[in-house]
Amino acid sequence: MPVESIFHRLEALLPKVQKPIQYVGGELNSTVKDWDAADVRWALMYPDAYEVGLPNQGVAILYEILNELPATLAERTYAVWPDLEALMRAEGVPQFTVDAHRPVRAFDVLGLSFSTELGYTNMLTALDLAGIPMLAVDRGDDDPIVLAGGHAAFNPEPIADFLDAAVLGDGEQIAIAITEVVREWKAEGRPGGRDELLMRLAESGGVYVPKFYDVDYHPDGRIKRVAPNRPGVPWRVHKHTVMDLDEWPYPKKPLVPLAETVHERFSVEIFRGCTRGCRFCQAGMITRPVRERSITTIGAMVENGIKESGFTEVGLLSLSSADHSEIADVAKGLADRYEGTNTSLSLPSTRVDAFNIDLANEFSRNGRRSGLTFAPEGGSERMRKVINKMVTEEDLIRTVTTAYSQGWRQVKLYFMCGLPTETDEDVLGIADLAKKVIKAGREATGSRDIRCTVSIGGFVPKPHTPFQWAGQADHETVDRRLKALRDSLRGDREYGRAIGYRYHDGKPSIVEGLLSRGDRRVGAVIRAVWEDGGRFDGWSEHFSYERWMSAAEKAGVDVDWYTVRERAENEVLPWDHLDAGLDREWLWQDWQDAVSGAEVEDCRWTPCYDCGVCPTMGTEIQIGPTGRKLLPLTVV
Amino acid sequence: MQRLRVRYAKRGRLRFTSHRDISRAVERAVRRAGIPVAYSAGFSPHPKISYAGAAPTGVASEAEYLELGVTTPCDPERVRADLDGSLPPGLDVLDVVEAGPGGLADRLEASEWEVRLPGADPGLAGAAVEKFLAAGAVEVERLTKKGPRRFDAREAVLRLAVAGTPPEGTDRTAAQVPGRSCVILRMVVRHMTPAVRPDDVLTGLRLVADFAPPVPPEVTRLAQGPLDASTGALADPFGLDRETTRGGDPGQASEQVAG
Repeated sequence: MPVESIFHRLEALLPKVQKPIQYVGGELNSTVKDWDAADVRWALMYPDAYEVGLPNQGVAILYEILNELPATLAERTYAVWPDLEALMRAEGVPQFTVDAHRPVRAFDVLGLSFSTELGYTNMLTALDLAGIPMLAVDRGDDDPIVLAGGHAAFNPEPIADFLDAAVLGDGEQIAIAITEVVREWKAEGRPGGRDELLMRLAESGGVYVPKFYDVDYHPDGRIKRVAPNRPGVPWRVHKHTVMDLDEWPYPKKPLVPLAETVHERFSVEIFRGCTRGCRFCQAGMITRPVRERSITTIGAMVENGIKESGFTEVGLLSLSSADHSEIADVAKGLADRYEGTNTSLSLPSTRVDAFNIDLANEFSRNGRRSGLTFAPEGGSERMRKVINKMVTEEDLIRTVTTAYSQGWRQVKLYFMCGLPTETDEDVLGIADLAKKVIKAGREATGSRDIRCTVSIGGFVPKPHTPFQWAGQADHETVDRRLKALRDSLRGDREYGRAIGYRYHDGKPSIVEGLLSRGDRRVGAVIRAVWEDGGRFDGWSEHFSYERWMSAAEKAGVDVDWYTVRERAENEVLPWDHLDAGLDREWLWQDWQDAVSGAEVEDCRWTPCYDCGVCPTMGTEIQIGPTGRKLLPLTVV
Repeated sequence: MQRLRVRYAKRGRLRFTSHRDISRAVERAVRRAGIPVAYSAGFSPHPKISYAGAAPTGVASEAEYLELGVTTPCDPERVRADLDGSLPPGLDVLDVVEAGPGGLADRLEASEWEVRLPGADPGLAGAAVEKFLAAGAVEVERLTKKGPRRFDAREAVLRLAVAGTPPEGTDRTAAQVPGRSCVILRMVVRHMTPAVRPDDVLTGLRLVADFAPPVPPEVTRLAQGPLDASTGALADPFGLDRETTRGGDPGQASEQVAG
């Protein structure tokens, strides 16, 4: 069946939309393969605007890996802005890939990467524009398998009705495995149709097929049981873990967009996973254990990535980059290599206690000494014990004092509001901390020309964390505390003008909370919001709290029940049948420890505390040091 | 520091790049190609690349120009090939010369444009062009960043004619439907302040003769350069550079200018 490019139809619409370049593809290192030479075809979607989706590492890695496979092709698709959506509807232009502008419905698999739940409505737009039935049960043999991955897929229940399948954890190996299952099934002449393909995927235990599970409820609304509804389907579905990152040195051919995107840099993941044990952090819990990429692979990836892309910035990514066992040698080695080449290095996530000034000096050697960012997350010592973010006030003051005296003028501090057990005093503690930071900085530099910016995010309890049982703070409480904090900062005559304050109101967190810990009954709300025009919920100019609340009311969904209600130990949670490897009893104990302020150490440096991941998943911590160094690059 | 002058095209789907998109793409391509571009001094060094009068987003061009400072002398033809190889297809480097005396921007006195109007009626187009040329002034309004602005679109237009319909099978773009007519306008427009763009001329045609094409026009800049006042033709803006430096052959690119 020939599949034609829809570009000629799209092209006529592009002069009428904002930033048309985002829809035309043609990025450096993008791939267009012969349709007929492939027997398995993936459309990969990041369900947000191109400028956010293009730099996404997950999609970029899978795009490359799948296109490297023989007889397999992968193309990318992104959410179109409402201006183009309206024109596409008027002209009957379907959701398309940016690589060869093929209609998404023609692919075998539509893989969506959900970093956040706020992309759910954009998925519905894409399905609808593609002409793919919105509900999985309405799809036929000619429709793609709609497959979700990414962190939000660890609880895909709110979108279960729209998905054919979901995958938990690292995508590299399972994407290849799924490709082979699809290839085999197609080669056999698609026996048993769509259902058999889904069955083959489900039987492996590595792919979750929601429709093969029934959910029963108690009369009070709690879940009674989630159980397979046909033989051969496993009771639990497990996450995937790539164990040797040096074997998967992607991206090798980084996509370089023409359009401006949110991250204009070449990113290398220097390790995956984190065992610091911050209790609010879903990423840290679901990506265990820590697996480092070696210093030599990092060096080779950076060298190749810069050559292939022409980017002037290199980002060393991970959940806490200064924790890499050889970060000092990585930093020094890279700074030496790129001295005088106008290449800058960045370390996006740095803990106060892992930070040292030598490291910061290496990272700013070839670039600007603009600002440093730390995330104490909690404003008081007590709060930080509850969330197990073991950063003391002394650590923070010592670190910022050194930074200011070494020439940095700006420090950014991230905090959360609405944490479990939080009081007004905990939040006001943020103001005290910020004032002490400025005071220390002024004393260290003898100058008043230093600044500190305080950024506050609303806390949302997430599945597979110790706080999965916690009641979320209602938005009135969060807003009241944020206002009190603002007044305390603004009202201070001595320090107020040196402290910047950034925050959002508490309402979006409630919607995020509903989608994070929701069950299958929340799907009706998502659909109603979409039907009411809901799009791009991660963008404040498009997000409407009122739209979500009125949709929930119409669907008979009690938002408070899903968000501010605390759960009991024995309640069946919507994601209990999805296995991130974490032992449920350990999580509960950690929740109890949180309430009493008991801390847990990092298992990289202290004995195992039995979170359960390694034995369940057959994995282990992989860290250096390797003892190797980065050699200078040979000049070509 | 050697200065190189570059003529490049933006073609096909890459006509939707904005000026900022192109400048990012060129900076990266220069680095990938290993061209020893000079950087400005100071706290935040920038590569020394300057652009002369970029065509608007959505408009294709065979004649865009930039100037590049390099720290060690380079062979212009080698730079042409390397830079072209490092830019995505559709941003194509056509010609590179070593800069001679005088500024490049000053030599870009006028542009020649081609405007394709799929589905438009050739007879109506011809009549509208006649009326436009006969008018002493045609006031048009365009929405700028500073709000609506009124100016004369007639004076800057040195030549304007219906070039005819394209032969079968040469359709470059999409909006064309086989069997439907496509009017092609050719115009030479002097660079003035405020700039008169092809869409302003189209606005003028609508105002004087109620001529309105059914779909958005496809616009291509064919050439820019010094104006021969007597003939209204454009000369090669690199002509002076070629005479005074070792800069290479005019090549295929400047033949297109002459045509």
